[in-house]
Amino acid sequence: MNTATDNSTVHKETVRPEALRSELLVDGYEVVIGIEIHCQLNTDSKIFSSAPTDFGHEPNTQASIVDLGLPGVLPVLNSGVVERALKFGIGVDAELGLFNTFDRKNYFYPDLPKGYQITQMANPIVGRGHIDVVINEGEKNEYPKRMGITRAHLEEDAGKSVHDAVDGMTGVDLNRAGTPLIEIVSEPDMSSAFEALAYIKAIHQLVTWLGISDAIMAEGSFRCDCNVSVRKPGAALGTRTELKNLNSFRSIERAINREIERQIDIVEEGGQVVQATMLYDPDKDETRVMRTKEDANDYRYFPDPDLLPVRIEQHTVDTIRAAMPELPVARRARLENELELSEYDARILTGSRQLADYFEAVVSEVGQKHAKIAANWVMGELLGALNKDDKDITTTPISAIQLAGMLKRIFDDTLSGKLAKKAFSALYEREFGDADDAADQIIEAKGLKQETDTGAIKAIVEEVIANNAAMVEEYRGGKQKAFNGLVGQVMKASRGSANPQQVNQILKELLD
Amino acid sequence: MSELHLLSTQQLITGLQDKQFSSLELTEHFIKRIDALDSKINSFITHTSETARAQAQAADEMRAQGDKRPLLGVPMAHKDIFCTQGVLTTCGSKMLHNFVSPYDATIVNNIAKAGMISLGKLNMDEFAMGSDNSSSYYGAVHNPWDIERVPGGSSGGSASAVAAGFVPVATGSDTGGSIRQPASFCGLTGIKPTYGRVSRFGMIAYASSLDQAGSMGRSAKDCAYLLQPMVGHDPRDATSIYYDIPNYVQDINDAEAQADDKPFAGLRIGVAKEYFGNGLNAEVDKVVRAALQKYEELGATIVEVNITDPEITLATYYMLAPAEASSNLSRFDGVRFGYRCENPKDLIDLYTRSRSEGFGPEVQRRILMGTYALSAGYFDAYYIKAQKVRRLIIKDFDEAFANCDVIASPTAPTAAYKLSENLDPATMYLGDVYTIGVNLAGLPALSQPVGLTSEGLPVGLQLIGQHWQESQLLTTAHLFQQHTDHHLQHSAIAKETV
Repeated sequence: MNTATDNSTVHKETVRPEALRSELLVDGYEVVIGIEIHCQLNTDSKIFSSAPTDFGHEPNTQASIVDLGLPGVLPVLNSGVVERALKFGIGVDAELGLFNTFDRKNYFYPDLPKGYQITQMANPIVGRGHIDVVINEGEKNEYPKRMGITRAHLEEDAGKSVHDAVDGMTGVDLNRAGTPLIEIVSEPDMSSAFEALAYIKAIHQLVTWLGISDAIMAEGSFRCDCNVSVRKPGAALGTRTELKNLNSFRSIERAINREIERQIDIVEEGGQVVQATMLYDPDKDETRVMRTKEDANDYRYFPDPDLLPVRIEQHTVDTIRAAMPELPVARRARLENELELSEYDARILTGSRQLADYFEAVVSEVGQKHAKIAANWVMGELLGALNKDDKDITTTPISAIQLAGMLKRIFDDTLSGKLAKKAFSALYEREFGDADDAADQIIEAKGLKQETDTGAIKAIVEEVIANNAAMVEEYRGGKQKAFNGLVGQVMKASRGSANPQQVNQILKELLD
Repeated sequence: MSELHLLSTQQLITGLQDKQFSSLELTEHFIKRIDALDSKINSFITHTSETARAQAQAADEMRAQGDKRPLLGVPMAHKDIFCTQGVLTTCGSKMLHNFVSPYDATIVNNIAKAGMISLGKLNMDEFAMGSDNSSSYYGAVHNPWDIERVPGGSSGGSASAVAAGFVPVATGSDTGGSIRQPASFCGLTGIKPTYGRVSRFGMIAYASSLDQAGSMGRSAKDCAYLLQPMVGHDPRDATSIYYDIPNYVQDINDAEAQADDKPFAGLRIGVAKEYFGNGLNAEVDKVVRAALQKYEELGATIVEVNITDPEITLATYYMLAPAEASSNLSRFDGVRFGYRCENPKDLIDLYTRSRSEGFGPEVQRRILMGTYALSAGYFDAYYIKAQKVRRLIIKDFDEAFANCDVIASPTAPTAAYKLSENLDPATMYLGDVYTIGVNLAGLPALSQPVGLTSEGLPVGLQLIGQHWQESQLLTTAHLFQQHTDHHLQHSAIAKETV
């Protein structure tokens, strides 16, 4: 059953986590955090019906009779959901549930149409696995840690209660009902808000990297619940509370820290933490009790008789494994080793699979030896421009082929660095649209071709010398600054096209 | 033409083909009988007479244009557990007193595609929970043989409508005997197919792992005609199964053509003493034994087999079925459809009163039993234990079938009892003692009429087959019916002309 794809050996052990234990203590307390992530899988249709999963439509327009839980309807499992969950399982090196089953979790709520949620309790599709993360990445105090994953299981999402939808009344929107979720349950391996954040970001990167989820926190397609407790080192685990509805990385970090402080205050004052579900209020930056264990439901889990057990053949797993993309950690290591990029560059460029694909597409055009310069252009000009426009690599106006076409003109000295920036701007504005040779067309149309003809440059230099006698005098009098002024004049006279190295050389020859 | 309602399905098909009567005439005949006589037995909840007339007219036109579908224009009716688009679908409950389904159950659609005409929706025990059709929100159904008596349940409306000559055939559903026991009480043949044979999509769930739709008619061949369009895999039901689908009527005709005066030569009928124990009414015992003797005379061999103690089976059933029901019926919460209480003061009040007012006592009893069985701390002792026993029941059937081809038993321990007896729940549950094992094992079984008690009440014989052997059961019952006339006895209401 084990399906190892070893992603464990790549991180350098910069600091041993044990050495950090004392640093991680808060007022002498050790923090224990476990995380449940509800991640929507990006199938076109729902987990048990053929209704679409599109986000942002009018209430109750994306729900079929099955999602509405009408009398007599039955669920049928969407096989795309199974495939995505297996990808995740392989991605976290987990034992796969080749025999997995669905259970009913029974409770009443208006946004739960059937009065039960179909989930996997007894036999989840993904068993024990792990993910390697780096905490404080890029900082001096960064360190790696392996986080355990207890299990991940499939389930259907509920609808939404829309409070005050109609004049003081609560409405129910069932568009989300039946959207496929994978719930990823971690071991209580996190010892600080930073560790929790690093784990969540790693999972977020993995699910988007695998292409199994859009994982947009603001749309609710990636939701984190954090179980937090504190204890004195060596003591038994403290009572935990569960933080719910954390919808940004920032609120996760802040909510955990506020909850740690709240719990320590309680214990310091001689009180006891009560097991509870907590809500984080980002406006007041505080956590407060939503419900305690006393009002907890008895969910009366039992196997769903409407769904047969899912038996997954080994060859299905083999096929999915063969089609798995290279995972972020491995890919970053390859960029560092094969392309000799810095750790920093490699990390930025593997920020998403699409970015890494883009970068590698550029490199495959311009050749490995130009990888560093390609990296600089992608990370500097391109990401800078995209970022400014609130875009990302998936919506870039410049294709990898187009950018590579422009870089080639730098490497063959057609473009100087300065002209290249002009060409880049024109490419970004899509002046020649989708054409693969847009860079060449821009160079041609705008006359951006660098002047490298010695005779032509010499003629301009001579003219500049003749017209700037004062500057020439200053230079000859020992003022180095005047030389730069002359270079500037030459560049201006050539409208930026003269090769700067040649200008320097010829100017020196003629003046000295 | 006054006895059209006593014709077999085969005779109706021939009559339509030979233009002895039109579908419209046939449909009018049945509607007239229903209008005149149903007040005596209360078998229908909803009439669809107008659409039926229109469909019958259309069927006649299609037949005139050469449409050869055999069932084209033959009337029938559905148990009100099946969702019917644009038609009230109540499941016998106040909870769904206003539920007009926006979709058709798969079998409703398939039967319509076969050209049959639905005359309406038939009464039933509320949510199919009951054995005498006294739990319906729409009132008790009466037995056409003796209107002081119950028709059995939960498909009591289906049974009494067929037995009264209101429809030639009807659909039913069977979770613990709900087709077979009313068939027995009303002198009909009724078949519960193998679990997975017929789609459950659009059949309002009682106990999902046990529910199975089937057909009811006066004879095995009538049942075969209606069963044919019902069977087959449905992509909308994950528990419906791909399996070879025989032509049931063809199989019956082939067997009849080959039969001699010993049609059952080579057939081993298993008889279990567990099915003839305490609680079996002496007259029922006598009629059933006489039927078995007839089978022997016709060539069958009786062999003794052992099956699980019916009392254990009964306990297992009444643990699992309510457990599933408690979850299946959670969707009836007053929020999206169905009954909603007046002026709820908050959400909990909405739930509590809608469900307390919308569900009748038997449904509430089973929801409570099932909720208890699934509760934390009891789940292992009740639900899990019952699932283990269920596997042993299946194993016992498997072992029994190693020595026989079919198993025979009384369908029910008694004939139809009086409505006024007002049985307490535990006594009523005992009435299911011979039928529920079949559901727990997912086996096919039918009930066929094999005689009358001294009071003139029908008695049924249950034949249980191995998985997917519906054709064998129907053929066996048909050949028996070729040599007997029990299935040709008619109820008092059926004999009435209007």
